[in-house]
Amino acid sequence: MAIIEASGLTKTYRAATGPVHALAGLDLSVPQGTVTALLGPNGAGKTTTVKVLTTLITPDSGTATIDGVDVVADPQATRRNIGVSGQYAAVDENLTGFENLEMIGRLYHLGRRAARERARELIDVFDLSEAGDRPVKGFSGGMRRRIDLAGALVTNPRVLFLDEPTTGLDPRSRLALWGIIEGLVADGTTVLLTTQYLEEADRLADDIAVIDDGAVIAEGTADQLKARVGGHRVVVTLADEADGDAVTTVLRRHGVGDVETSGDGRTRSVAVEAGPSALQRVLADLGEAGIDLHDAGMRRPTLDDVFLRLTGHVAAEDAAAADATGTDRAEDAPREQQRETAR
Amino acid sequence: MTAGTTALGRQLPVVVTSPVAVWFEDGWTVTKRNLVKIKRSPDMLVFAVLQPIMFVLLFSQVYGGAIRVRGTDYTQFLMAGIFAQTVVFGATFSGSAMAQDLKEGLIDRFRTLPMSASAVLIGRTNSDLVLNGISMTIMMGTGLVVGWRVESSPLEFLAGVALLLLFSYAFSWVMALLGMSVKTPEVINNASFMILFPLTFISNAFVPSETLPLVLRVFAEWNPVSSLVQAARELFGNVGTAPVPDVWTMQHPVLTVLVGIAVMLAVFVPWAVAKYTRISTK
Repeated sequence: MAIIEASGLTKTYRAATGPVHALAGLDLSVPQGTVTALLGPNGAGKTTTVKVLTTLITPDSGTATIDGVDVVADPQATRRNIGVSGQYAAVDENLTGFENLEMIGRLYHLGRRAARERARELIDVFDLSEAGDRPVKGFSGGMRRRIDLAGALVTNPRVLFLDEPTTGLDPRSRLALWGIIEGLVADGTTVLLTTQYLEEADRLADDIAVIDDGAVIAEGTADQLKARVGGHRVVVTLADEADGDAVTTVLRRHGVGDVETSGDGRTRSVAVEAGPSALQRVLADLGEAGIDLHDAGMRRPTLDDVFLRLTGHVAAEDAAAADATGTDRAEDAPREQQRETAR
Repeated sequence: MTAGTTALGRQLPVVVTSPVAVWFEDGWTVTKRNLVKIKRSPDMLVFAVLQPIMFVLLFSQVYGGAIRVRGTDYTQFLMAGIFAQTVVFGATFSGSAMAQDLKEGLIDRFRTLPMSASAVLIGRTNSDLVLNGISMTIMMGTGLVVGWRVESSPLEFLAGVALLLLFSYAFSWVMALLGMSVKTPEVINNASFMILFPLTFISNAFVPSETLPLVLRVFAEWNPVSSLVQAARELFGNVGTAPVPDVWTMQHPVLTVLVGIAVMLAVFVPWAVAKYTRISTK
């Protein structure tokens, strides 16, 4: 039996604009020792799912167990098995890093000595000595997240929940945090992670559950999900925008489906069946037509493509604002560039 | 940095197991956490210390000359009123601190730990009792400087201090519940200002209620703050020969306040704990 099992979870909130179905029959199963990512835009129900599984809120209906313990019927037993770290980095600003960790150890009832010992250990392992004996107040977001994550690991929990662990972090802190999470996973901790960064799910997760409107709409490994979108894409970037229509005509000739155009009109792509040979043919045709290219290449489908295909909108924070798929696509490109820089 | 995690994979035994020990351990751990905050945020301590000094000086020195009270000196009359006002306002800190912890996600953190459900609230009200005790001590010192004198037995004096602090403790639970029910910490500060200012001023705290126009006088005489003020005045021996309104709660102020404290605790402790077990950051 999977270590996390959820079935038919529903949760409805009343809002001024009418009822909001935060969870609408969500099913989830996470095998022990694996990393599962809940992927979806803001408001899709990721955080609500984590809150139900970490005993913070009670679902309206449905059941959930962690390591065989019913989270609704026995929240205290559930709490002994889990560690939680969230996007808000819930650390006490007035306490030092050490005091924060010691406090959590004592609230797990490890006793004063063991709690202090454990706090020192975590400070070493997570490279927190700088924040060890100064109030957290003055430290960066990255440092707070690390203290928060260390707090989630005080009792070496069987299941670790990470709610958007790197949202709002700078690229360097994000990479450092990914490294830590990968280390934990290597040690056999089961992790349920929520993220709106496809790259994060791609890198950390064995399995991905795509969530939209409070339910899982697709599940599988990153490769399985990408396979649902289709094969490779040929992507070309023009030196001169004026050649746009000619390029689109060539791409349409060799590809399948629609040609996608980036926001600035210079980057165009199309899905192809044949792989590298299609790229060769596209380049030959463009060369013949005398069109200068800035860049050209093959791209495997990303999880961005998957999300767009499955939900009709992109997975970014601004997804809610872009309701029509047309605008989604236009916004896709700048975001892609942002993430490139982030790497 | 892959956190080597060599030390992470160890199981840690739970050593505090009996429910009573858990209750004490959790309550004490959270109290300690809050007290550290008082120590490390000088602004909070300054506010808690300077405000009472300011009130004592302002009222006794600025209004003291203009206000005549039948049967006693104004400074003697005033101090119990300021004590009561301070403990009432001091309790609102429990509300804004709960709202702040909720907003910052600390309540979520606590609620995912296998803690006693009442520990966060017990820790909150305990540490605010300490804070109120500190400001009360400073206020009494200032009062003595400007001529306030306790004219009762040491036992009655201690009973008066205990009654004021017990009231603030019970009222802290009311405010803590409110703090968990509002959207932002600022709401608590604004709302308490709107409600507590009239409540403490339309009372016998700063002027005898007999001087008020009829409607306000009836309100002032039945106002629970008036009972608290009257009880403190009696226990500190500051009533003098001033007439006491012919209202049951004013004739039996100590008993009234004790009943009030008991009712507040009986209603709001379980209510606040129940609320705590359901809240989470939005």
